[in-house]
Amino acid sequence: MLAMIWAIFRKDLLIELRTKDSLNAMLFFGIVVLVIFNFALESIRESIRAAVPGVLWVAFAFSGTLGLNRMFAAEKENSCLQGLLMLPVDRGVIYLGKMLAATVFMLVTEAVIFIFSLVFFNLTVWNEIPYLVLVFFIGTLGFTTVGALLSAISVNTKMREVLLPLILFPVILPVLVNAVEATNIILNTVDYRTLKLPLTIMSVFTIIFGTISYLLFEYVLED
Amino acid sequence: MDQKPQSRFDTALGVILFLVMIGALYMAFLGAPREKTMGDLQRIFYFHAPSGIVGLLAFALNFVGSVMYLIKKDRQWDNLALASAEIGVMFLTILLVTGPIWAKPVWLVWWTWSPRLTSSLILWMLYIAYLLVRNYVPDPDRRAMMSAVFGIVAFVDAPIVWFSIRWWRDIHPSPMLETGGLSPAMRPAFYTCWAAFMVLFLYLVRRRFYLESARNDVELLARQVDIAR
Amino acid sequence: MIEVHALAKYFGRFSALRDLHLTVREGEFIALFGRNGAGKTTLLRILAGLSRPSSGEVRIGTPHNLTPRAARGAMGYLSHNTALYADLTALENLRFFARLMDVHARDADLIERIARVGLSGRESEPVRNYSRGMQQRLAIARAFLHDPSILLLDEPFTGLDQHGTHFLKGYLTDSHARGKTCVMAIHDAPLGYELADRLVVIEKGVAALDVRKSDVTLEQFMDRYKAVAEER
Repeated sequence: MLAMIWAIFRKDLLIELRTKDSLNAMLFFGIVVLVIFNFALESIRESIRAAVPGVLWVAFAFSGTLGLNRMFAAEKENSCLQGLLMLPVDRGVIYLGKMLAATVFMLVTEAVIFIFSLVFFNLTVWNEIPYLVLVFFIGTLGFTTVGALLSAISVNTKMREVLLPLILFPVILPVLVNAVEATNIILNTVDYRTLKLPLTIMSVFTIIFGTISYLLFEYVLED
Repeated sequence: MDQKPQSRFDTALGVILFLVMIGALYMAFLGAPREKTMGDLQRIFYFHAPSGIVGLLAFALNFVGSVMYLIKKDRQWDNLALASAEIGVMFLTILLVTGPIWAKPVWLVWWTWSPRLTSSLILWMLYIAYLLVRNYVPDPDRRAMMSAVFGIVAFVDAPIVWFSIRWWRDIHPSPMLETGGLSPAMRPAFYTCWAAFMVLFLYLVRRRFYLESARNDVELLARQVDIAR
Repeated sequence: MIEVHALAKYFGRFSALRDLHLTVREGEFIALFGRNGAGKTTLLRILAGLSRPSSGEVRIGTPHNLTPRAARGAMGYLSHNTALYADLTALENLRFFARLMDVHARDADLIERIARVGLSGRESEPVRNYSRGMQQRLAIARAFLHDPSILLLDEPFTGLDQHGTHFLKGYLTDSHARGKTCVMAIHDAPLGYELADRLVVIEKGVAALDVRKSDVTLEQFMDRYKAVAEER
């Protein structure tokens, strides 16, 4: 089974590395969001550091949604989804492969957006990096576990790309709240003991929705 | 096809609803004592709190309908899920509208991002999202399938939303009126209103459910006409 | 091999299939005829497990019912949709599907298969650069990579040039001779008649005509096909 997940994961990565369709769009959009926030938060320029965690995660979530939208839209070209559905593998395997690929795209994008935010908001981080990596990783996984399922739902609708953010954001709110809080602890309050709670909630969310999505994926995958 | 649009049970339910609603209005506006500090304004609570409770119940029913649809693939379960989601959103809307009306004079703000308010708002958004999913899938069978999955996701998500917001926004005072803190003199009015809203909920869900079943029947008849041609 | 019992599929008020019964024996080659919208594609999609029936039953495999997953492994589905990734090369496409179909094939084997459908020397080119006909040829190689025992074909000749048509005809005749079960939707009656040994006409979602090729000549079949189509 792992080999199958790996094959799907690798296929998505290979296509993305070749076309860079999603990554380019995600990156650019994430940076645009940062710039817009820079203007929106003009009035609190002195204390902008306090707003950075929220700004970052809004940028991550918006650009991540673009990526999730592409996830199945790309499979619709030439009806590739038909080919995937005919494979003698459990549909949950398709879910895991594609979800992990989306996670990697998001993490790559987040790394670049984060570097831009350091420049734009004039921050320096060094010792915080391992903690940030951990928070970004768990938060992103929480986002994509349920995001992949909802992306498969939204490609089945008339509205496709438009619908995904509408149904995704209310659902991933717990992840966003805790990811922002965790990032805030790392960048601002620096009380690492309190980091445990948001990380736990995000992990629980990821495990619960990972399981649900794995089990329910076959119902939403239709060509 | 054998369900009558209005069974004897529904007629009886309608009569009960009428009576209990009159009772609830009497109790809320005349029967219950005037609250000392908030005055008559507090009476909105008798409609505010039950609509929240009934809304939650509706979403639980939506979850049951969604799970059962995935197991049985019977459209009646989907009809139940739809009916309870729509009615649940309606009750939650009442909750979210009556809240600020009461809050403005008492808290001096229309809205605060307290755990309870925020969770209610997110819950409302989750089920608006559910109705959006339904709205944008044209094929009925596929619509039932997609919305059942989303219904399950939404219901599982709700408690996680509640806990995440509660743990991080604990600084705000919880709403002043808890049912436990309700003075004994006010309890009869509260329970009457609660009962009235439960009956209202039951009545509306049944109506909505039959409407949707009738729609299925029309679909079936249209199919037969299509074949006969 | 395939048993379809009281199968119905609705899309809201429209019924694509209603009360369709069909038994396909092992090794049989069935050609499905019928005008556009008669339900041929819907039937094939349900057989392939791509679409869920509204009611009725489909059993795949004898003597025991196969699980959906095992059934997918026993079937190859070829339609006018190529199901190829346009940004991958022919070889990468086949490599991907071979791995997931659990086919242990070395690159040399895959290249050989690509050559067999008349695309030799082009295995490292992205599929996007292929013409429609070439993509369809590669789709043949992809769909039957795992040498399935049941072949489901939905207008498989669409977009193929003479060479491609010739190859596919040869492939189907050969598969049939090797005892594979084939169900093919096709509008070209003479071609369907030539390849199949049983002819089924689907009209308005039911099997309106079902004859063995050995019992009718092409002319007789055409007359009865027309009669069925007009009567409804």
